[in-house]
Amino acid sequence: MSKNVIFGINGPVVTVANSKDFKMQEMVYVGNNRLIGEVISIDDKLTTIQVYEVTTGLKPGEPVEPTGSPMSVLLGPGMLSNIFDGIQRPLKNIEDISGAFIETGIGLSSLDEKKLWNTEIFIKAGQAVFPGEIIAQCSETLSIMHKIMIPPNISGTVVYAANSGPYRIHDRICEIEDSNGNRHIITLCQKWPIRLPRPIKSRKPCNIPLITGQRVIDTLLPIAKGGTAAIPGGFGTGKTMTQHQLAKWCDADIIIYVGCGERGNEMTQVLNEFCELTDPRSGRKLTDRIVLIANTSNMPVAAREASVYTGITIAEYYRDMGYSVAMMADSTSRWAEALREISGRLEEMPAEEGFPAYLPSRLAAFYERAGRFTTLADNEGSITIIGAVSPQGSDFSEPVTQNTKRFTNVFWALDKSLAYARHYPAINWVDSYSEYDNLLAHYYNNTVDPSFMHCRQIIMQILGQESQLIEIVKLIGANVLPDDQKLVIDIAKVIRVGFLQQNAYHSEDTYVPLDKQFLMMKTIVHLYESAKKLLAVNKPIRSLEETGIYEKLIRIKYDIPNSNPELLNEYIDEIDTVINKLISA
Amino acid sequence: MIKEYIGLSEVSGSLVILDDVEDAGYEEVVTFKLDDSTTRTGRIIQLDGKRAVVQVFEGTNGISLTNTRTRLNGRPFEQKLSGEMLGRIFNGAGHPIDNLGEIYSECSRDINGSPINPVSRIYPKNYINTGISSIDTLTTLIRGQKLPIFSGYGMKHNELAAQIVRQAKIANESNTNFAVVFAAMGVKNSVADYFKKTFEESGVLQHVVMFLNLSNDPIIERTITPRCALTAAEYLAFEKDMHILVVMTDMFAYCEALREYSSSKGEIQSRKGFPGYLYSDLASLYERAGMIKGKSGSVTQIPILTMPNDDITHPVPDLTGYITEGQIVLDRSLDGMGIYPPVSILPSLSRLMKDSIGEGFTREDHAPLANQLFAAYAKVQDARSLASVIGEDELSDIDKKYIEFGKNFESQFLVQGETENRTIEQSLDLGWRILTSLPRGELDRVSEEILVKYFDTAASK
Repeated sequence: MSKNVIFGINGPVVTVANSKDFKMQEMVYVGNNRLIGEVISIDDKLTTIQVYEVTTGLKPGEPVEPTGSPMSVLLGPGMLSNIFDGIQRPLKNIEDISGAFIETGIGLSSLDEKKLWNTEIFIKAGQAVFPGEIIAQCSETLSIMHKIMIPPNISGTVVYAANSGPYRIHDRICEIEDSNGNRHIITLCQKWPIRLPRPIKSRKPCNIPLITGQRVIDTLLPIAKGGTAAIPGGFGTGKTMTQHQLAKWCDADIIIYVGCGERGNEMTQVLNEFCELTDPRSGRKLTDRIVLIANTSNMPVAAREASVYTGITIAEYYRDMGYSVAMMADSTSRWAEALREISGRLEEMPAEEGFPAYLPSRLAAFYERAGRFTTLADNEGSITIIGAVSPQGSDFSEPVTQNTKRFTNVFWALDKSLAYARHYPAINWVDSYSEYDNLLAHYYNNTVDPSFMHCRQIIMQILGQESQLIEIVKLIGANVLPDDQKLVIDIAKVIRVGFLQQNAYHSEDTYVPLDKQFLMMKTIVHLYESAKKLLAVNKPIRSLEETGIYEKLIRIKYDIPNSNPELLNEYIDEIDTVINKLISA
Repeated sequence: MIKEYIGLSEVSGSLVILDDVEDAGYEEVVTFKLDDSTTRTGRIIQLDGKRAVVQVFEGTNGISLTNTRTRLNGRPFEQKLSGEMLGRIFNGAGHPIDNLGEIYSECSRDINGSPINPVSRIYPKNYINTGISSIDTLTTLIRGQKLPIFSGYGMKHNELAAQIVRQAKIANESNTNFAVVFAAMGVKNSVADYFKKTFEESGVLQHVVMFLNLSNDPIIERTITPRCALTAAEYLAFEKDMHILVVMTDMFAYCEALREYSSSKGEIQSRKGFPGYLYSDLASLYERAGMIKGKSGSVTQIPILTMPNDDITHPVPDLTGYITEGQIVLDRSLDGMGIYPPVSILPSLSRLMKDSIGEGFTREDHAPLANQLFAAYAKVQDARSLASVIGEDELSDIDKKYIEFGKNFESQFLVQGETENRTIEQSLDLGWRILTSLPRGELDRVSEEILVKYFDTAASK
């Protein structure tokens, strides 16, 4: 193999001259330190490799070794509560080897090879198995049962099946003979190439909401399980905060959190915070259901490009077990920039703003891996992708934001002026949209309350009217508006401060169950409808403000505990009393 | 065996090309010896077989294809490190220029450093009392944070940085384990002198390491200056257990140098001619702040950058904001009104403060008070823009109160002397006092208990 040697080096891009030994997207070892790389282009003279580690010190003439297999991840028990880098190397083990600073050339198994998993095996010798069939299970964490599946490309008859008991990830638990007479050993783990979507049986409509406990999202801009969402926002508008809130509280079974080119301290924060929090549904630690992938901004750029694929492949694996998975990618702009950087080093012809022409197709291929599916084993699983976008100069017309908008169905636009006023989550209700509202209407009306969508509609109308009136208010002040418009402005303020604004640091307000969200909406809508009666009898709206009812409604989020939302019915009575008193005054 | 290569194949801008080089490593440092026996330093930035592209830090003027002998040093660019660096002055490439001779180095490190493993980081939680109300209360600086100052030409960013250095030291640390690493990139001589003088006057000069690449120094050298400085900072923090405050000015000049280097290489540009990897490059600097498990030292960064035309959407402040943990933005109109420090609080932010303030850190009312001040000041802006259309007299009563609050906020809370050092309690109490310009009902970010305890309802109008 000595003839495959490094010819040229330019940043993370390394070339090998005159070789025909490499396949596209094959994983290779580069140099004496055996850095991990991937083949990204081949012509008759040069094979180009992107290297996932720092290339300082590499020399032409050092060996490049093909591995024969594409860039893959190792899928098996032990991924949950773990933290990996962009190419699935466990960061805790890297720490053991190289200390606080990450050195190059650390080859490591992604999963703990020595740990014994108490495995319950369902199949017997002689049984026929199909691809994706669940043949065993082990308890990966206290809240998640890890299902062992036949890899998607294997089927046949079981010729050997081990008894239930403790096994390591590479131990043989069964052996299968396929129709060609080839034998396949099945262990607790399997490999899968990161750029190839894992097969499914069929797609299902996305008509179940992902409940996040965040009011502005669940009621006004909902996302479905299996849906795709983009969170664009300039720096300091709270993208990461929103992602953290969703990762903490959304009702998916598994969370894959990919920190792609972001701050190191943020990943540390996720690690610390999630260890301390408990899942409101299972009562277990939140870390029990999360896989963290950290490729911080100072880690090699090529691994940043790989990190989102590593994340989505792990997500697909858990989906195949029949779980609903939510993947947060923070931020997809850094991933796009990694594409741009590699593309620049390859001297490809750039399209917009230096980004390569294949940016839209890469984004589309990524977001299309989301969805609600029937798995090969006829279970239902879903992957929801929530990608943060960091637009350059907070300009939403830049290529990454625009192309992401094309391929996602929910757009949560974060607004600088809201963030400056410390209105969080700073999701602008005018610029944002959700294409799932019709698909989800049935669920909301049937599961929560038949008037849910009606209340939502009124709230949206008030906010819409306010955004038009606010232009006039800016010019001449609110005092001169007629009373019916003044009422809209007042109620909109109650909605903005009392409903849309949500305090992530308040123990009751950080997560609000759907029934309380609905009752809050209903109370506000009730106030609005009742106040219209005042208008009908020509009573000044100002008198309503003086009763202090607005302040009272604004404080609902703190005053009414999540456990007892029925207390809100008293507010409805109080509104009636107040209004009747004003009418008869 | 060390080989010397005679002559060059090509010279273009700050780059030279050598052919038939053997055993050259990527990013290896080379030394050029000119006929007049001066030497220059360069770094290999691209290799194609035996062809090496070398970037010359001091520039290529005077270099011809024949008058140069090149030697490969076999190592990447390294900074010599020692505890004796304190009190010394280095040039932009890390060589002593204070005529006190070479330092006796304990070790040398690759100036590019290695990324800190997120697992090994400690999430920063110790706040630094800077004695400046606007920073302590609203954009609290945390030890291990990277908090840049976004400024513009002619504004008082240097004064502010100097005040932070002076006062942060007094509030928190004994002299022994506190030090400042100062990196000047493309700043004027007078600025470097100002800082030198300030350090001297406050008696910390013996705890300062200075790296100076002034505006008339070689431009390409500027691209390695912050790396030398941060390598020194990491060494002092994580091996000598010191708390290091790194002041880097001016990051814009650094980025310009990077742009020049990139365009001389003929790379594809992204916005405003800056290279596509500007984000990654800046991140490789800023991410070197932090704290590490098992080490008692820390690296806190205060980079200063001037925004061309005060434009915060310019690529340099924009990308910086995406990497750093917040920003302190200075405002020209406040500066014009003679307000020091002219901190524009609405776009300013400290991302780490949320977990490091409140009970046990500062005071229980800190977070709600800060929130309320932000929200109220945002309303001041609305009232002012309305007033500019219809006149202040026509405003509603409540808007007039906000205008009043805005004035008090700027003239009492923001303004403070360059040597005035307020305790956190003073700053917080001052904040509450300013809020009495507003009626109690307007304070919707504060809970009832906190209001009862801290808000003087009687004084409220």
